[in-house]
Order: sequence, then structure tokens, then C-alpha cells
Amino acid sequence: MIFKRNALPYWLSAPSVVMMLAFVALPLVITLSLSIYPFMAGGGVGDHVTIANYAELVSDDYYLVIFGRTFGMAILVTLISILIGVPEAYVLSRLSERWRAISIVIVLGPMLISVVVRTLGWAVLLGNEGVINKVLLAAGLINEPVKMMFTFTGVVIALVHVLVPFMVLAVWASLQKLDAATEQAAESLGAGLWTVLSRIVFPQVIPGVLSGGLIVFALAASAFATPAIIGGRRLKVVPTTIYDEFLGNLNWPLGAALAVVLVAIVLIVSMGMNRLIERRYKQVFL
Amino acid sequence: MSFLELKGLSKRYDDVVAVAECDLSVARGEFVCLLGPSGCGKTTTLQMVAGFAQPSSGKILLDGVDITNVKPSKRGLGIVFQSYALFPHMTVADNVAFGMEMQGVAAGERSKRVASTLELVHLGQMAKRYPRELSGGQRQRVALARALAIQPPVLLLDEPMGALDAKLREEMQIELRALQHRVGVTTIMVTHDQAEAMTLADRVVLMNKGCIEQMDRPYDMYEHPNGRFSSTFLGKANVFEVERAQAGDRVDVKGVTLPTSDVDCVGALEYIVRPEKIAFADDANVLVKGRISARVFLGNHWLFQVDTPLGRMQLTHANTGLPQAAEGDQVGLRWLAEHARLVPRTKVNT
Repeated sequence: MIFKRNALPYWLSAPSVVMMLAFVALPLVITLSLSIYPFMAGGGVGDHVTIANYAELVSDDYYLVIFGRTFGMAILVTLISILIGVPEAYVLSRLSERWRAISIVIVLGPMLISVVVRTLGWAVLLGNEGVINKVLLAAGLINEPVKMMFTFTGVVIALVHVLVPFMVLAVWASLQKLDAATEQAAESLGAGLWTVLSRIVFPQVIPGVLSGGLIVFALAASAFATPAIIGGRRLKVVPTTIYDEFLGNLNWPLGAALAVVLVAIVLIVSMGMNRLIERRYKQVFL
Repeated sequence: MSFLELKGLSKRYDDVVAVAECDLSVARGEFVCLLGPSGCGKTTTLQMVAGFAQPSSGKILLDGVDITNVKPSKRGLGIVFQSYALFPHMTVADNVAFGMEMQGVAAGERSKRVASTLELVHLGQMAKRYPRELSGGQRQRVALARALAIQPPVLLLDEPMGALDAKLREEMQIELRALQHRVGVTTIMVTHDQAEAMTLADRVVLMNKGCIEQMDRPYDMYEHPNGRFSSTFLGKANVFEVERAQAGDRVDVKGVTLPTSDVDCVGALEYIVRPEKIAFADDANVLVKGRISARVFLGNHWLFQVDTPLGRMQLTHANTGLPQAAEGDQVGLRWLAEHARLVPRTKVNT
């Protein structure tokens, strides 16, 4: 069989396109359609189109609180990841070749370990009988254990740990493009270290910060394992709620509606950010 | 009275010596070029003056004040980097204003000086553009404007023409020279391009292997190179080892007797004659005979390679429009005693 020359790219991309359609697009469409049918008592799905599921999400404070918590947490995790990841990436990029290789393994190493295992590790650290509390108690800094398991704070700490490498990688990529001579130039013009970092280095890596922020935000908002283990049954977020609706209450349509809203919000935020990056920085960087 | 002075400046990296005992004094308003092949230490020297490299030993004095241990941000020198190092996230005007902002110049005064500095480099219309929207030549001028805007005592240029194409480079060289004369700022430029050094500099500092080989005005250095390295790095030269100096004004090279006017040289010597000083001759003045092995046309002049008993020689003749000798021709060569130089011999592989 002879391919026309210009048809080759389509053939080459065909396997991945089929995969995407079968395993991403199709489930999304099924989820979307599932969300517009009513829930029947006993776990069945009705046969007429309705917006009842969405109406329930909007009218019930229970779900609004969960959405608020989920995105509040995602935003907080993103901000903390920026605060930790940007300096970390900058320091990494300034290390000598050998130390950099070692440090990158340390930074990215956790990503080689299952999220569940890492999160269980945090559970060991954060528990009332956990390592952190024992040390603080022994040091006499606190009189009774600080509650960290099953709290918002605990989930944020564990999520930041899981997601910071993504921020480091994104900022790192931006730093690779930065001409180190611009720092020397600023210095020669009289700028001190802090001014160089805040006025010269940071503005040049903003595209990396924004794209890293997008990844961290999307992953934090849709994280399941960490909130499920550290947050527990009470501190619900949208992904754990979806899980409960599907497998606990067997209310598939409501779970589907939750999933659709979650995907929609993450998509809107991502696309809005992308638009912002393109408009603001096209002239400068791209 | 020297304005900028380097005293015994050295830089060692582990056991590699990048710059060894460099002494240089630059007068106020002077344009000095550090010239040399890559790895000769010229850039390291500039980095030490700028403050980005700490000297292993030696001192740097600016207007009598020791600045050896002063941070780059406190030296106030204007630096143009090889990559220009413009701030990509700032407009041209903001780039130029940055240094003045650091100096605490008031906003009104600042924008006035930004405008006048941009006029100086003919970029008045470009103030609102971002660096990536400019051409290479324009970027270089922004870098120059940014460095000059802080009214530095000394301007340092690190291979500023390196990224420009040949034609633009020539234009920018002439413009830079005019600008330096107008502003009158003391300037040190690093380059590996001998033509650029000769075009721009009041004085050329020729460096090799971390040491200064020769320091002179371009014409003087060209006419009176102090060794094989100087003669071949700045321009072209035919260099021969002298076997024996005869009494008076004659030396022997490979059995051929050649004339010289440098009569008081002693020791191991080399004999240098520039290609353009050599003429064809067929009379009694012929010093050496040979056969033309190659002829190259270079527009304004011809380059000949002639195989002689002395070895292969190069000579150039201005293109006068007259017919020229052809490859394979037997020719006689001559030159004047006062055009030949005798210099102390150095190792061949420098």
C-alpha cells in the first residue's frame, strides 16, 4: 500500500488519536450524558432528560461547601508550590553540574513512588501519635498533639509535597531560556541581589510559573488519593465526593454531574490562564 | 595621568593561569582594545575590571581609587555584553531607564535622559518596542544606550560586534567610534577581530596566553611588531628565522642574504616583512627569486603565494587594473631594508 506523502502525519498520529477518542473522549461523553438523566431509587438511571442533578448541586449548600473547599485548597496548594518551587528551581539552576544532577534526583525522586505510598508516609508523620507530634512533644514545644491528620492543613501539606516537582520542572524549563548575562547586566547597572531576583529573574520566568501553576492547580483540584487518606471521610473534596456518589450512594447521575462541573471549572480556569499568558507575554517571549 | 590602572592583575583557575601579571594603564577618554585569540585572557581581564571575576592577585585602580574588592553593582561601569543581555520583559525605554532608576534619578529627569540617550544611538522611535522586536544592530545600540545612560566613568565592551553580520559590523564600528568621540567616555573593548581593533582603538593591547604581548597604537603595532605573534595576529606577515647576522645591515636566512635597517639587534632573531611591502622586480634589486604557486583575486587587491628558497611567501598587490603575473610564472621579489623588521625569536607554535 502506498501512502501519499502528505497523508503520513495522519497515519502516524492515528494510534494516539484512536486511544484518546476511546479512552478519554468517549468516557467524557458518557459521563456528560449520564449527568442529564434522573437518579432512580435503588441505583437505577431514569430515561428522560433532566437538569435535576445540576439543580441539586447548585441549591444544596453541602455541595457548594465541597466545591469551595476543593478550589480553595487547589489555589492554596498552587500558591505554596510557587513559593517553594520557584526558589528551588532557581537554586537548582545555579548549582554546579554535579550537584545539580544529584539535586534533580532528590527533587524528582518522589515522583517515582506511588502517590498512595507517599501519602501514607505523610499519614505516619502527621498523625497524633506521628513523628512530628512526638518530636514536638519531646522538645516541650507543645503540651498536647497538634491535630494534623484529617485537617485541611494536613491535606495541603501532603498535596504540596506531591505537586511541587511539577512547579520546579516548569520553572526550570523557563530558567533554561534565561540569559545569565541579564543578571550581570542588572548588577552592573547598580541592582542589588534582591532587585536582580525580583525585577530581572522572576519576571522572565513568569511564563514557567503560570504553566507550572496550571498543572499544579488542575492536579490539586482533581487529586483523589491524598485527600482520601489524609482528609479522611469527613473532609470531603469533589473527587472523593464523586467516588462516594458512584460507589457509596450508587447515585451515578449525581456523581457524573459533579464530575462534569469539576472538569468544566478546571477547563475554564486553564483556558483563561492560557489566554492571559498569550496576550500578556506574546510580545515579550514567545 | 592614567585613569584606569591594572597593576599586576592575575587570575588563576586551579592550576590554569588565565591572566598573568597584567599591567595596563588607560588614560581618560582613551579607547583601548584588548585583542587576542580565544583563551588569551582578554575576556577574563574585562570580567575582572567589571567585577564579575575576582582577581587572584593584583589591583584595579579607577581614578586613583582601589576598586579591586568593590561589588560590580557599586562600580558604576557601563557594560555591553556579547549577547547584549537586554531585559526581554522590558521595553527599550525601560531597559535604558533601569540603571538610572537604581541610581535614584528622579522620574522626570530619567525620562528626559532616556530620550536623549536613545537619540544618541538613533533609536528615538523604538522606545516602546520590546527587545525581541528589534534587529541585531538595534539591540546592540540599545545595549550601548543602556550602558551609557548611567554616565559611567568607563565603558566596557565584550565582543559587541560578534553577533552582527560583516556589513553591519563595519557600519556599527564607525558609528561606535564616532559615538565614543562625542561622549568622550573611557572605553575598553574586547575583540578577537584584528580589523575591528585597528578600526576602533586608540591603542591596541595584544594578548596571548594570559600575557600582554604588545601595547601600541594600531599603526605603530602594525609597522613595528615586537615578535612573530604580533606580526601574524595583527595583519599578515612573512616571518623567517635568521641563521646569522652579518656585520652591519645584512642577515642570512637559509643561505640568502637579506637587508635590514634594524642594525642593533642581537641574539636569536626573526626576520619579518609584510606582504604589501614586497614588489615584483627583474633587475639588480631582486632579493630572492621564486615561482608563483597560487594567485587569489580579492577585489581591491591580489594575493600571491610564491615558493622561494626562503620558503613559501605571501605578497599582495593593489588592484590597479593592470595585467598581473599568473600562476606558474618565475618572478623576482624585492623590498626595502626599512620595511623589514628584526625581532627576537619566539617559539614557532605560539
